[in-house]
Amino acid sequence: MSISTTTTSTAARARAVPDQDGVRLELGGSWQITGGTPEWASFDTASLAALALKAGRLRPDTSQVTEWDTSLVLFLREAFDWCENNQVEPDESALPENIRRPLKSMRDARVRPIDRQRRPNILATAGLASVSAYKQAKQFTQFVGECVISAFHLARHPKKFRWRDCLQEMQRCGAMALPIVGLISFLVGVILAYIGAVVLRQYGGDIFIATLVALAMVREMGAMMTGIVLSGRTGGAFAAQIANMKTGEEIDALVTFGIRPVDFLVIPRIVALAIMMPLLSLYSNALGNLGGMTVAALLLKISPSAYWIQMQSALDMSDITTGLIKAATYGIIIGLAGCLRGLQARRDSAGVGSAATSAVVTAMLYIIVACAVYAVLFNILGW
Amino acid sequence: MNTPASNTPSPHRPAASGAQTAIGVENLRCGYDGRVVIENINFTVKRGEIFFIVGGSGCGKSTLLKHMIGLHQPTAGRVVYFGEDFTNASLARRREHLKTFGVLYQSAALWSALTLRENVALPLEEYTTLTKQERDIVVAHKLAQVGLSGFEDYYPSEISGGMKKRAGLARALALDPKIVFFDEPSAGLDPVTSRNLDNLLLSIRDSLGTTLIIVSHELASIYGIADRILMLDREARGAIAEGPPAQLAVSSTDTRVRDFLQRGALARPQRDEFKVKK
Repeated sequence: MSISTTTTSTAARARAVPDQDGVRLELGGSWQITGGTPEWASFDTASLAALALKAGRLRPDTSQVTEWDTSLVLFLREAFDWCENNQVEPDESALPENIRRPLKSMRDARVRPIDRQRRPNILATAGLASVSAYKQAKQFTQFVGECVISAFHLARHPKKFRWRDCLQEMQRCGAMALPIVGLISFLVGVILAYIGAVVLRQYGGDIFIATLVALAMVREMGAMMTGIVLSGRTGGAFAAQIANMKTGEEIDALVTFGIRPVDFLVIPRIVALAIMMPLLSLYSNALGNLGGMTVAALLLKISPSAYWIQMQSALDMSDITTGLIKAATYGIIIGLAGCLRGLQARRDSAGVGSAATSAVVTAMLYIIVACAVYAVLFNILGW
Repeated sequence: MNTPASNTPSPHRPAASGAQTAIGVENLRCGYDGRVVIENINFTVKRGEIFFIVGGSGCGKSTLLKHMIGLHQPTAGRVVYFGEDFTNASLARRREHLKTFGVLYQSAALWSALTLRENVALPLEEYTTLTKQERDIVVAHKLAQVGLSGFEDYYPSEISGGMKKRAGLARALALDPKIVFFDEPSAGLDPVTSRNLDNLLLSIRDSLGTTLIIVSHELASIYGIADRILMLDREARGAIAEGPPAQLAVSSTDTRVRDFLQRGALARPQRDEFKVKK
């Protein structure tokens, strides 16, 4: 009588055969972990128990094994564990030393359950999140303060300002963003005009579509859409660049040379954004109004000259000024968020990605908050 | 992978026979963007051998390694594993070959979002039919082999550089590869950790009969564990010596080889030059 399990005829096989000393566990063939190997679980252990219990001893024999790796050791470990649980004596005397050694090592290695203590529960997670939020708010305040001090310092010593870096950043975040800002602004103008047309047509106030698009773009949407585009395009890039520098210990190198990272990395970027954002916002306003004009001409048959005159009469300097003030503020927010998240990043590759994502989210959140604050403020001021 | 499991104990020799050729590199030319870095590279490595690729900085050691493991395609020549052409093999066949390789990168390249347990378990999940319980046993065994028991649930960012290297090695050994490639395994490690790693490599070779290809210029490791070395040179754009390191250090006719391998001995008299003259 024998009990066996095998995968294919040429591959690994296992067979239990009774002999004079007890039960011989005959193992043969090629045992490869990436190929199919017999599983102890699929072994007919009930029949084996009847055999082995009678004999009281299980002796593995690997003389017919042609190739082996961890899969054979794993099978033997499971066989020996089964022996222990079934009062059967395992006899490893026939096993070669080079199998006995890893088998002992594998039997000694303790399988530890996943340490749940290292994965905090909901209460601890909420507590840690609160502490983290407090720390982040504190760090943000400190960072803003540091930037203000640094800005005053550089204003007194303009030669120390990195003009070249600033101009490069202006080119990257300004000139190179023109196509995407232009396209999005044009489409926003088109959308606004379409929405306006649906309502205004009913009251015969088609011409007021120019007023709607002009005011919406110049006061809110121009700066807002530019801010959102630059949050993703520039804020994320700032965070990734600085986080990468941190991973490569470039920031540490600056500090050890006595150079303040805020002077060197942050202020040029914020200045570049604070200058370019209002300019991009003006460009966005123009493209948005062009979109509105296109819809008005095609859908409502309003001539471009009539649209232009109506737009001029709807806007005054305070509308343009409020838009520019908002744009400059959003620029500073994007710069601050990008640089702060970059400097706060963990020193690994995952930290770079997290910093970029966090910078975009932070910038958008603060842009919306700033927009709400300005709405109230300008209302009070009557602008 | 061992063959065969004879009943005669052989504790200090690879379980595998040393006669079979594991790797054959034939007239290999490697480079990037049309620029040749090394050419006319020819050597063979026997199964169970510890083979070092050595040379000064920029000589093409890592380039050769990357071409051998298929990260880059050589512009000429081929690499043969166990008699089968790897360089010109089909994509499916290459994937089969890759299952038999383990690679330990210079930075260990552990997946940062996964714990050490998950890092080692991933290849087992991908390429084996083991149950979760069996995978857990194998992972515990592999981590114990490299002395990382108890660190299963740590993330790579929470452990030291030496531990990362060992965890990377555990992952590289997860599928019991026939060949393991190492890119500067001792880089950034202190001498004691480096020696422990060398001992670990020896024990892996001895117990599993694994062929180890190591890119390094650590003389202590070369003399400690290398069976043979291949020395590359930047100006020669290829190999300038091949053989056992101790033998090359005394009998090579090439001064570049002797200088490189005797650097340890030469370093001491040179120190006297820095003594303060009274």
